[in-house]
Amino acid sequence: MPIYHTANKLKELEIGQVLEILADDEGIKEDMPAWCQVTGNELLGIEEEAGQYKAYVKKSK
Amino acid sequence: MAEKERVTLVVFSGELDKALAAFNIAIGAASMGMEVSMFFTFWGLNVIKRNEGGIKSKGIMRRMLNFMNRGGSKRLPLSKFQMLGLGKWMIGRLMRDVKSPPLEEMMAMAKGMGVKFIACTTSMGMMGISKEAFIPEVDSFAGVATYLAEAKEGKVNLFV
Repeated sequence: MPIYHTANKLKELEIGQVLEILADDEGIKEDMPAWCQVTGNELLGIEEEAGQYKAYVKKSK
Repeated sequence: MAEKERVTLVVFSGELDKALAAFNIAIGAASMGMEVSMFFTFWGLNVIKRNEGGIKSKGIMRRMLNFMNRGGSKRLPLSKFQMLGLGKWMIGRLMRDVKSPPLEEMMAMAKGMGVKFIACTTSMGMMGISKEAFIPEVDSFAGVATYLAEAKEGKVNLFV
């Protein structure tokens, strides 16, 4: 459910702010770029560390 | 403001695994800012029936049907490996292990994101089920024309 939580949290942010998403779902590596592409938000990067993923999304619109 | 893309899902199945998949897609689409409508028909009506109480209907066949097919999100079987409930219990454990939300929670999440729940009146008529049998979250009761009107505008139309 990372994109569900991302979508909800991003609503609370201002344009230009960056959200850090912590997930243990490997699917996030493909899902977050897809979600960003469809919603027009910028994916700054995804880091992987021992099964934990950190994604950084910048609210762009 | 660009118009939202539409997504429709026909939920024909009354099985837990299929319902979970349908809601996963609905929530995913809503998370992407899409306008989602879910049409529950035939066995899919079981997903949106109330869990409490009984189903009133007239006629021996309908009463038998609605007794055997009580429905409600808590009573949905798996489509495979139900194994008289053992399979469903095991899937429940696996879901809890990976912190996957149960069906009721996914339904609430979907509703919270504006996903529309529509019950099929054709199936309701055939099975003799009235509006009172359903959860209050159902937005409307409609037929195939309503579904098609939405589906023709839909970018993603799925049959589960």
